[in-house]
Parts: sequence; C-alpha cells; structure tokens
Amino acid sequence: MPESVQLKINGVPVRVPLGSTVAAAVLLAGHSAFRRSVSGEGRGPLCCMGICFECRLTIDGQQHVRSCQLLCREGMEITLGE
Amino acid sequence: MCAAASCSAAKAWRLPSVSNRRQFDVLVVGGGPSGIAAACCAAEASLRVAIADDNPDLGGQIWRGEHIFPGTEEAAHWYRRLRELSVEHLPGARIFAQAGARTLIAETDSGVCEVGFEKLILATGARERFLPFPGWTLPNVMGAGGLQALAKSGLDVRAGKVVVAGTGPLLLAVASHLKQYGAEILLVAEQAPRHRLLPFALRLPPSKLKDALSLRRDLAGVPYLTSCWPVAADGENKLERVTLRRGARTWSLPCDYLACGFHLVPNTELAALLGCVLDDGKVRVDDFQQTTIPAVYCAGEPTGIGGLELSLVEGQIAGFAAAARFDSARRLFAKRNKLGRFAARLERAFALRPELKHLPQPETLVCRCEDVSLLRLREHLSWRAAKLLTRCGMGPCQGRICGPALEFILGWQPESVRPPVFPVRVESLMTAAASAMPETSSPNPVSRS
Repeated sequence: MPESVQLKINGVPVRVPLGSTVAAAVLLAGHSAFRRSVSGEGRGPLCCMGICFECRLTIDGQQHVRSCQLLCREGMEITLGE
Repeated sequence: MCAAASCSAAKAWRLPSVSNRRQFDVLVVGGGPSGIAAACCAAEASLRVAIADDNPDLGGQIWRGEHIFPGTEEAAHWYRRLRELSVEHLPGARIFAQAGARTLIAETDSGVCEVGFEKLILATGARERFLPFPGWTLPNVMGAGGLQALAKSGLDVRAGKVVVAGTGPLLLAVASHLKQYGAEILLVAEQAPRHRLLPFALRLPPSKLKDALSLRRDLAGVPYLTSCWPVAADGENKLERVTLRRGARTWSLPCDYLACGFHLVPNTELAALLGCVLDDGKVRVDDFQQTTIPAVYCAGEPTGIGGLELSLVEGQIAGFAAAARFDSARRLFAKRNKLGRFAARLERAFALRPELKHLPQPETLVCRCEDVSLLRLREHLSWRAAKLLTRCGMGPCQGRICGPALEFILGWQPESVRPPVFPVRVESLMTAAASAMPETSSPNPVSRS
C-alpha cells in the first residue's frame, strides 16, 4: 500500500501522498482559489516558500496558516476561503 | 481542536511566559545549502550548533524535499556530513524579534522559543522577484521556483500545460524539472536579450556550461525565447491563457500554469532588524563573512545572489569563522572571490530591461495583501506616504512581494525594518514583549531602535 494520509478539505475527505504539503493537497483536490483577497478576488499560492501568505488557510481551526509550509497530517481539517 | 486556538482563548489578557529557552554556541538561521555548510563547519569544532528554519525540512528551496533522497551528489554529501555531526534542527521556527544582543525569539508550532547564542550566522536565502502585470493575481499564476516547490511537495503536474517566464538561470532549471515530473512545457520566455546572454554563456566555467547544456538537452523541443515576456494573464476563476510579447509580436497561449519569476531578491529583513549595514539591498560582510555587527555572520544569497556554489563556500567560511577556525576559512577565500565574480556577471546578464516597468496597467494590483493598484500608488511620492494612505506593504507579507517590485517600477526605496519581522500570533508578541522587558509586566513593543 502506498504511503498516504487522509485529510478533509471543506468537509470532503481527500487522500494524498505522504510528505505532501497542504497547498499541494488543496490543488490536487481541484481547488485553485484558496482564499478571497480584501477586494474579493480568488487567490492561490504564489511563492510556495512561506513569504507571500497568498496560500493561507484555516487548518484545524487555526486561521492564517501558510499551507505551503505545512505537511499534511492524518485527519487534518482544512477550510478554504476567509 | 488545535492547541494554539484553544490556548489563545484561555490565555486572553494574561501575559504568557516564554515556554522554552535554548542556548547554543552558534545559531544558524536558515537551513538551505549555505546554512547547512555553516552548521557543519562550526559543529566540527565541537560547538553546540543549531539550525533554525521556517520550512518543515532542511534543504532550503534548492534542495527542498531532498533530505531523504538527495537529487545530486553534492546535496547527498552535505546531508551526510550534517547527519554525522550533532547539529540541532529547530524546524518550523520563524524568527520574528530580538530580545537582547545575543537572543532571538522564534515562533514555532508548539509556542514561542527564546534562542540564545554566542555567534549568529544568517543564511536566510532569497526569494523570487515578482513583477505585477494584468492578471498576475489569478490563481495558477505562480513563481517559477514556486511551481517547482509545489511539484516537489506533492502536486501532480502531469498533463499540465506550463509556460515558464521571467528571467534568470532558474527558468531553465524549473522547466527541466517540471518536464521530468511530466508537465508539458509550452515555452520558456526569458526577458534578457540574446546579446547579453551569449557572452555570459561563453564565459561560464566548464562545470556550469555542462549543466546549462544538459538542461537545454532535457528541454529538447521546448522553445526558449529571449527578449520575450508575459504581458497579461486571463481566465474566469483561474489562469486560462497567458499573453506574451516579443518585439512587435503579441500572442496568447492557453495553459494551466504560468511559472513566472524575475530572478531573486536577497532575504535581508532579519539582518536589517539586527542593525547590519546593507549596501544596495545586500548584507555587507568582511572577508570572514562577518556583518557590521560583531559575532553576526551572513552567508549565501543575502550577501548578493550568487547561486549554490557560492552559497556553500560562503557558508563554510562563516561556519569556520564563527568557530574561530580562521585558517580553514582563509583557504576558501580565493574560491569565494572567483565565484563572486561569476555572480557579478550573472547580475549583469539577467538585469531587468526598462520596458518591464510598464508591465502593470493603472488598475493592476501591485500590493496583493491589501489590493492596492498602481494608480493609487502613483498618487504618492514615497513608499512611506503610500503606506500610510493605502496600506501598501502593510499586509501579511510586509512588503516582501510588492517592495522589490516598487523599487524597480517606481524607484521607491524599502522602509526600515521593525519587529516583528514576520507576522506572528498575538500571544507570541506578548511573550516577546515579556521576555524583552523582564522588569515590567506591560506588553510594550519590542523595538530597540
């Protein structure tokens, strides 16, 4: 069995390879807009190295977490949009 | 329920205490090649050494995801060397403030940590330079290194159509890498003109020329256009096509991703916070990589963009110097200086052409955090004035993305750096304030300017 972890994105279970970042998992699940900007534009990851904060999400209830810098863990709950 | 969220509710208005204090002989900030090399050279002198790094794993951007299966012999060598030494790794540590001459404060997922040191080595790397153009805020318009990092972090790019654009040697490396991962590379668009790239290529040292030729071979069949750049990205809710310009010709390419970066910008925020002198956006260092602050060293890209080899040599010199192994450091001076001359040629070859200053239209957003358009910024004379009235550069990235763009487009100089150099939780700020001022219980700002 390939090593993988399961997490939930907006309540929907998603299985991704072990070692994936949350940003990669969200894109793999078919979402390209991670959040809304202050004027309401959909935004997705830009720098993917923790600098730009465009990929920030709510993870397990904690807001504004940079999804590109966090590895997926079993049972994580991800909420898109702000 | 997450620990941090429940903690913030329970501890409201109570001054938290520093959960953790660690003390090291040498603290290295940044776990890329330069930081790894520095840590190894210091640790070989039996010093207590730690690497604090924001990323989940060591390796920085270039060796991202390679700590288990290194992609090159060089990476394997340094990971092996590091493993054989007792260097402590503080992963996910975001340094955001200073609490005295020999103490930094980091936020980690498990709380705030004070890290004390005798010698500090800053190996904070570089980020991509982004230039605003219409549509650059659409999802799936990413950095060149950005899309590469995602592909290394689990994103499946097979069947994805990708345009790679911008400038710098990174573009070819990214294109080749993405192709290996199964992406279809439609085009590599390099803004620099052929007449500047050719002399640069002809003077490449044999090893680098070999690398460049092998990258070009990997990309057989992929067009590489010089003097070509993206002028617009379009799509309904995400990128659907990119418009490119080359001379008088303008055309559109349907694609899934635009991987676009305009070379690199040194990460100097922490150095600036500590009071190190910067010259033209680069940290000033002496022969031993020591900054203008005694016992604070700097190595790799923050001293000027020079690439992997130069970063490794500078890291070693800084590590040796921090461990007072001055003879070992001196033996690397010649190599460092030679690689430094290569870095200067690199900078000239890939210099941004002035036409790119006109990429953003008046309504194009420049500050992505606060959604501030170029039109609104142009009403102001300096970044400071624009900041006060538009909030440009005051969002979570703290001007790290729009700052280098505005420096190029409008010639605005970056503002002075204040703590926190990184957005952190309120509890972390209060903890930092408490540890900076142990005699008072008032959560005052941590500034020591």
